[in-house]
Amino acid sequence: MSWRLRLERSVTPSRTTVLLVSLLGVVAALVFAVPVFWAYKVSPWTAYTTIAQRSFGSWAGFMEVLRRAIPLMLCGVGLALAFRARFWNIGAEGQLLAGAVAATGVALFTKIPAPWLLPAMFGAGFLAGALWGAVPAVLRLKLGVNEVISTLMLNYVMIYIVEWLVHGPWKGKTMRGFAYTDFFPAAAQLPLIPGSRVHWPTLVIAVAAALVVALVLSRTRLGYEIRVVGQSTDAARYAGIDFLKVMVAVMVLSGGLAGLAGVGEMAGVHYRLRSPTHISMGYGYTAIIVAWLARGSPLAALFTALLFGLIFAAGDIMKASLQLPAQIVGVFNGLILFFIIGSELLLYWRIKWERGWTGKPGSSGS
Amino acid sequence: MDWQTWLIGIVGRALAYGTPLLWATLGEVYAERAGVVNLGIEGMMAMGALMAFATAQTTGDPWLGLLAALAVGGVLALLHAFLTVTLRANQYVSGLSLTLLGLGLSGLLGRGWEGIALRAPLPNVTIPGLASIPLLGPMLFQDESILTYLGLLLAVVLWIVLWRTRWGIVIRAVGEAPGAADAVGINVALVRYLCVVLGGLLAGVAGGYLSVVYRPAWTEGMSAGMGWVVIALTIFASWDPLQAVGGALLFGALYHLSFRLQQWVAPELLKLMPYAFAIVVLAFVGLGKAQRRRGAPAGLGLPYVRGER
Repeated sequence: MSWRLRLERSVTPSRTTVLLVSLLGVVAALVFAVPVFWAYKVSPWTAYTTIAQRSFGSWAGFMEVLRRAIPLMLCGVGLALAFRARFWNIGAEGQLLAGAVAATGVALFTKIPAPWLLPAMFGAGFLAGALWGAVPAVLRLKLGVNEVISTLMLNYVMIYIVEWLVHGPWKGKTMRGFAYTDFFPAAAQLPLIPGSRVHWPTLVIAVAAALVVALVLSRTRLGYEIRVVGQSTDAARYAGIDFLKVMVAVMVLSGGLAGLAGVGEMAGVHYRLRSPTHISMGYGYTAIIVAWLARGSPLAALFTALLFGLIFAAGDIMKASLQLPAQIVGVFNGLILFFIIGSELLLYWRIKWERGWTGKPGSSGS
Repeated sequence: MDWQTWLIGIVGRALAYGTPLLWATLGEVYAERAGVVNLGIEGMMAMGALMAFATAQTTGDPWLGLLAALAVGGVLALLHAFLTVTLRANQYVSGLSLTLLGLGLSGLLGRGWEGIALRAPLPNVTIPGLASIPLLGPMLFQDESILTYLGLLLAVVLWIVLWRTRWGIVIRAVGEAPGAADAVGINVALVRYLCVVLGGLLAGVAGGYLSVVYRPAWTEGMSAGMGWVVIALTIFASWDPLQAVGGALLFGALYHLSFRLQQWVAPELLKLMPYAFAIVVLAFVGLGKAQRRRGAPAGLGLPYVRGER
């Protein structure tokens, strides 16, 4: 007779448990990041306090967190929606860039009068992102193409399209040897919160988008269908739900929101199309963690986006005041994601010690 | 340029560029055959490339470099196995975090190694005798890496193990019907661990090949999305080691063509070709799907919990 560890499915965990366990995951990641600081001969305590002081400790710092969080909010809300339908959209990065390209096209090459120019850019950006997102949905349902692969590959396709545009046909006349388009006209630039770099109209759109998506999910027929598809394919089939319609709708919204994020980065931060690594720096990939940590809730994604906005801002702070390389952000993100999914076991399983019987079928550990 | 030189160039380079794809795809085939998707290939390749370069540069021995790549790939895969098999975490998300971590960590640790030419690259070999066969000789046996031949040999061995041995039956049973495998006394978790770690070892070597053989230097992000192409290749190859050879060569040729065509088409547009092509290929695979099942392991992507369906 011996004692052994046994796992048992737990009932749906409470919100407090989810929050606590998620926080635990984040803290564990911060602890595990300590050797990275040691490797660069920086005291982790100094690093974390510096980050805290210069982010949430000052108005300007908080504004930077907010600015970084805007694209993460838009992409994160869209991905939360996609994950609810169990559609693995790993392509927010490409969808964001598609939006950036469309915004640039409208800003530089159309003659839309001033008050309508920015709305037209957002409209075009949404459509471009939606198109880039809907293609994998159609491919999956018509031809069974795994969406993880197709969305990922479309990221690379869009990255190289942007590279081509800024090196070739759209290269700015005033930019000498550099790979930029020309600057946008003033009418194509978003207003900022004074004394900061926060392009507030995009922030408003992001919050509105989260509310709309939350309403769609909880109050509409489409939302009901999305939830059924996400919970059980069989149930959805019996209910006669049109998978193609639901998935395309989900990905039009998901990709479209990422496209809006791209417009915001163009019209609010860069004012010109440039090399993709400078436009996004992995917002689309980080948004996967944002959506995952929010457990598919669009409203929670607004807050988890703030957390990762903080990490991006912390990357800037560490670079500027501690001379740490920018890649540290990627390490943080990877660690946090690891610990969050690792801690999920604590959420959905109860760990029990029990007496093991000999001779009972299936009593050996697995 | 006559057609023979063209052909020799294309096949030769397809082999050279297809080699890392082949190694990593073989590993992913085994992991997925046992029921575990690993989207962390890109991260493991990046870390493998860095470790191989740093070790080869420090010790002066490229083989030690490849060994280091092998080890780091295995360790990272062990992490994935722990999360997905023991902790039953979502396989997609765990793999993605592995890629994020691998790319981030290799970028961070590799800053000091950036832009140095490797002092001890692994030289290519020309097989005496065979290389003098007309056309075939220069195409297949001249100036290729020994890892190319090892990869091809490995494909054959892994094919035999998978389809002709008891071990292969065990692995496939674990991927197709873990419950049934468990019922006949197979240790599902152990088999999954072993296959995932094998996948990591091979992905590590694939990365090491990039920095020690193919382009003997380290640059951040030198895996350039190859790890994702590998995931597509695994499906394209119907989870079969020998079909992986064909797939890897096809994509190797495509990468090479994207250099060759640069005088006519913008290089940026050529670079997107392999990625676009991967989608097109999978779409064509899908067209044929209606007629026959493509042989995806039935338990792929699902954590196995005894007593649950």
